[in-house]
Amino acid sequence: MIIGLGHYLSVAAIVFTLGVLGIFLNRKNVIIILMSIELILLSVNINLVAFSSFLDDIVGQVYALIVLTVAAAEAAIGLAILVAYFRNRGSIAVEDINLMKG
Amino acid sequence: MYQAIVILPLLGAVIAGLIALAGARNRFPGEDPPPPLDGHAAGPGSVSHAHGAPLAAGRHETVRDTHGADVHGSDAHGEAEEHEPSAAGSLLAELVTSTFLVISCVLSWIAFFDVGFAGHDAHIPLFSFITFGDLHSEWTLRIDSLTAVMLVVVTTISSLVHIYSIGYMEEDPYKPRFFSYLSFFTFAMLMLVTADNLLQLFFGWEGVGLASYLLIGFWYHKPEANAAAIKAFIVNRVGDFGFSLGIFAVFYLTGAIDFDTIFAQAPGLVGKSFHFLSWNVDALAAVCLLLFMGAMGKSAQILLHTWLPDAMEGPTPVSALIHAATMVTAGVFMVARLSPLFSLSPGASAFVTFIGATTAIFAASVALVQNDIKRIIAYSTCSQLGYMFVAMGVGAYSVGMFHLFTHAFFKALLFLGSGSVILAMHHEQDIRHMGGLRHKIPFTFAVMVIGTLALTGFPLTAGFFSKDAIIEADVTARSAASSYAFVMTTLAAALTSFYSWRLIFKTFYGEPHDRHHYEAAHESPKVMLVPLAVLAFGSIAAGWPFLQVFIGHGADAFFGTSLKLAEADTIYEETEKLPLYIKLAPTIMMGVGFLVAWQFYIRRPDLPGALARNQKPLYEFLLNKWYFDEIYDFLLVRPTLWLGRLFWKGGDGFVIDGFGPDGVSARVLDVTRNVIRLQTGYLYHYAFAMLIGVAAAVTWFMFAGLH
Repeated sequence: MIIGLGHYLSVAAIVFTLGVLGIFLNRKNVIIILMSIELILLSVNINLVAFSSFLDDIVGQVYALIVLTVAAAEAAIGLAILVAYFRNRGSIAVEDINLMKG
Repeated sequence: MYQAIVILPLLGAVIAGLIALAGARNRFPGEDPPPPLDGHAAGPGSVSHAHGAPLAAGRHETVRDTHGADVHGSDAHGEAEEHEPSAAGSLLAELVTSTFLVISCVLSWIAFFDVGFAGHDAHIPLFSFITFGDLHSEWTLRIDSLTAVMLVVVTTISSLVHIYSIGYMEEDPYKPRFFSYLSFFTFAMLMLVTADNLLQLFFGWEGVGLASYLLIGFWYHKPEANAAAIKAFIVNRVGDFGFSLGIFAVFYLTGAIDFDTIFAQAPGLVGKSFHFLSWNVDALAAVCLLLFMGAMGKSAQILLHTWLPDAMEGPTPVSALIHAATMVTAGVFMVARLSPLFSLSPGASAFVTFIGATTAIFAASVALVQNDIKRIIAYSTCSQLGYMFVAMGVGAYSVGMFHLFTHAFFKALLFLGSGSVILAMHHEQDIRHMGGLRHKIPFTFAVMVIGTLALTGFPLTAGFFSKDAIIEADVTARSAASSYAFVMTTLAAALTSFYSWRLIFKTFYGEPHDRHHYEAAHESPKVMLVPLAVLAFGSIAAGWPFLQVFIGHGADAFFGTSLKLAEADTIYEETEKLPLYIKLAPTIMMGVGFLVAWQFYIRRPDLPGALARNQKPLYEFLLNKWYFDEIYDFLLVRPTLWLGRLFWKGGDGFVIDGFGPDGVSARVLDVTRNVIRLQTGYLYHYAFAMLIGVAAAVTWFMFAGLH
């Protein structure tokens, strides 16, 4: 079977959904949230590259690189925040992050 | 001159009131609450021989230290030596008010002779009050003979009470307030008697009710005094309700409320009736009965009498002035003033007679067994007022006024005399604790005996002429009500004699029951004895010289048009033709009462106790005032309190607060409590909510673009 655009887009959609579900079905680990964010960004990237390939337009890939850069920077900062948070609170269970409750 | 008579007491009241207010501010500058009157707390300046509270700079009144010559100083409880010193400016307040009253009194006597004998009636407009559509009310002083009689009574008794109070209230720290209230009362009473229209009369009516409340509750630290003051005001209010309805009815029927217009239109209203809530009521009877309801409240007639004995919580001068001579006679005066209306309504007049006679016998029966000296005299007043209304009801208006005139003198004398006894016995009021006082306070004894002779109708005293005239008028009137009244008043005469002599015998004769107080008893100061002497003179001299003025052929010339005297003329002629036994009946009754009292309290003092034990139910019935207070408490007070509580807790609390502020705020809290549950603090819950929102928005826009 010919792997067409639709397949790539479906994969991206599935990855996107997994990422979104990963954010709010998780109670144990903040790193899972970071990873889920990466998954979401990844799915966007897949979409961009797939469209770029099928439409013969290089702009998609260039934009994918930019998104990748941003994702990397953001992951670094996120992990740094996580480390600082762990040092202050002593736990990275998502259940315990409810200081804004009320 | 007439303006002066009326305004001078008001001026005195205002001056004394200002002195009282200034003194109060001085004494209690606002930090500590005032100490109780029995001196247990250490209030400012409560040490016995020190001078009073510090004065503000620049004030010239001096503080009267009251411990001067009064050996028995102290407060009413007789324990501690300390009590509050007199208020600053007491002397000034006393003298100013008393002087103004005396001037008023002199002017009133001049007016009496001027208006009554020289016939110079006066109509003095002061200012316009209400002009509203058809209702015109002006403040006018109406001075005719009836007014002149009342002016004399009110100002004479009031000035004597003012002078007496200088002595009686010697130890009281709040004299300026007292004299202010006394003068205010006098002003209100004078406005009442000089009123030219019903509204002005009602102003005076309410004013004396207010003054009565203030004076009964003068010693407001005592809860009994407060309760008695409220009771007096509320019972009065019930009567005032009827009075107000009467005024409205008069306005509805005649379109005016001033006396001249009403009296002119009255004959035209005979036989007319008006429609009210599906009944046809006779107009004049309704008006007279409603107005009489006011008189029943003010003059403590039966059913609305319950406040008078409790009003004895006030100081004795108050009882003498208000509840013997003047305020309670306002009802009698009102019926006399409205005599043109009452004479045209035989039904209402019969009711007046009936009520008066019933009150006379009721109050006399209760007075037989009372033990408080002031209460006996209070019930006596109630009974004598019944006599006056009996006279008014049978049409002998001038006879009723004559009894009012004489009664003021001897009743005030009895009250002030009892005040002298109370002071001598150091605030003891129970006659069972007295006895043998005639050796210790002979002057008071003498004047009390004179007063009692006048009250019981001993021949040649003032009371003899007026009381006998009423009883004779009952016979000549020849109606069912007046025959009933004749029986009742004659019986009441015997009872009156009995309880009056009982009071004298138990107080002044026999063995002293309280040795300590008996030893310490002494005669009152001269400032109290002089008014007693004047009143004693009046109790004797106010009778025979004034006989021709009030009764008989001179009455027509004296009263002129101020009282309706038409049928009364026939009454007077017929009384001359009465058989001798009827004329002597009251005197015989008086003698019977005296002999029984003599037997019971001098010759065989064990008899009263034995009789009381034998006839316990009857004794208890009389002692508890025919259980009127208990009945009223059960029938009226409890349901009213229940209703009040219902409206308060149920209506105000549950309904209005529940659906209003409290309810709204509670619902807001409920909503908030539920909304708070959305703010969990978990980021992923928020993210989920955002997701739902995005999904909803996308779905919306997908389908919104379809049509």
